[in-house]
Amino acid sequence: MAIDVNKITETIYWTDITEGCKIEASGNSKLFNTGDWRVDTPVFIAEKCTQCLLCVPVCPDSSIPVNNYKRADFDFAHCKGCGICAKVCPSGAIEMKMGER
Amino acid sequence: MSIRERLSGNEAVANAMRQINPDVMSAFPITPSTEIPFIFSSFAANGEVDTEFIPVESEHSALSAAIGAQAAGARSLTATSSCGLALMWEMLYVAASNRLPIALALVNRTLSGPININCDHSDSMGARDSGWIQIYSENNQEVYDNFVQAYRIAEHPSVRLPIMICQDGFITSAAVENIELLEDKEVKEFVGEYCPENYLLNSRQSQSIGPYAVSAYCMEAKRAQLEALKNAKQVVLEVAEEFAGISGRSYGLFEEYRLADADYAMVIIGSAAGTAKDAIDQLRADGQKVGMLKIRLFRPFPGEEIAAALKNARVIACMDRTESFNSQCGPLGAEVKNALYNAGQAPVVINYVYGLGGRDVAVENIASVYADLIGIDKTKDAGEKYRYLSLRD
Repeated sequence: MAIDVNKITETIYWTDITEGCKIEASGNSKLFNTGDWRVDTPVFIAEKCTQCLLCVPVCPDSSIPVNNYKRADFDFAHCKGCGICAKVCPSGAIEMKMGER
Repeated sequence: MSIRERLSGNEAVANAMRQINPDVMSAFPITPSTEIPFIFSSFAANGEVDTEFIPVESEHSALSAAIGAQAAGARSLTATSSCGLALMWEMLYVAASNRLPIALALVNRTLSGPININCDHSDSMGARDSGWIQIYSENNQEVYDNFVQAYRIAEHPSVRLPIMICQDGFITSAAVENIELLEDKEVKEFVGEYCPENYLLNSRQSQSIGPYAVSAYCMEAKRAQLEALKNAKQVVLEVAEEFAGISGRSYGLFEEYRLADADYAMVIIGSAAGTAKDAIDQLRADGQKVGMLKIRLFRPFPGEEIAAALKNARVIACMDRTESFNSQCGPLGAEVKNALYNAGQAPVVINYVYGLGGRDVAVENIASVYADLIGIDKTKDAGEKYRYLSLRD
């Protein structure tokens, strides 16, 4: 029986959890806010950014949203703070800060 | 109309599988269960079943393939013994937690070491906490009947858990006995078509199976899984009742043999229960009030019902065909004592380890257990409560 994926949250009761934790939907990973696993946090410094977009394809969690060929601030609901974006940025526009945002 | 046959336990299970005609069987040979995939693969090769038979490279792969097939929407099964079950270990938990109603024909054999190929229950007893339903059989007829009932229990919407149908290696698996088979058509009608609500190959409803569950979900998931296992108890009874309607053979959660008025009771699993019945008949003829409770369903453990069935017994022997290395009890002893304690009953319970590595269990060995129990009742001295039966010392 398919249930609304939005109802599977960290406050769900055992009586409501899906059978075997099966998820009967597709394209739903963004509904699960895995950003709270993050330890270090990237800080986007917009004035230094040249919009080269080198950071976008290397992000393992697709947490750098792009609109009209321009990147925006991070999607912190899913960013794990791995720091790869800060390593590849040629402009110093991403700084890693210790601790959660 | 039933068919009278003479079959070994392995042949009986392979024939139940043929009559069920499952979708996928994956298996790797291991003594003493080798015959089951060996016979069944010939059924597949001869076109007597529509089953996809996958000869895999290990037992880990055998259960992994069954899990994949079952998740895809196919009724799947495998068979194994001993170290083969041990190699499946990781995947046993995956099958259960993903709620996949796979059937496994287990032919009980000891785990090494010392290396030995004969019967005891150390393989399945080690897997008792993996979340599978476990049903044990005394003889060839029972293992056939239990296998025919297996999918009806496992696939029930309130259960959906894998099921292990166990029989004693060589003692029943290789010994030929008279047996009554159901007609193929009767079995097919009883078991029915497998129609899962959803499955991975369903193009109308996408599904993810086995997602990562962080700490916030894991306990709720386990609790829900436990509920499904508890539900199996009622389903086992319902399926048994329906099965009795087509076969004339009745099954419950356990079998009571001359137990109701017995002062001295034995709780036992598997083929040795047949030997115990002979011992009981002899002792009853001498006026001794002895009886037995034979476990059929071990997981979930029907503790309340077993405590109620043992309420009149003054001294009880729990017979474990495995060594738990905890120095105070075997797995059956632990379960029975737990059930009695929870029910507020405090009879003397002596836990025996017997039949390891295929050690023969004769009528006189079982009779010696009853003699122990009667002696304990007379002297009011239980002595050592964890004992080895027929040990040279």
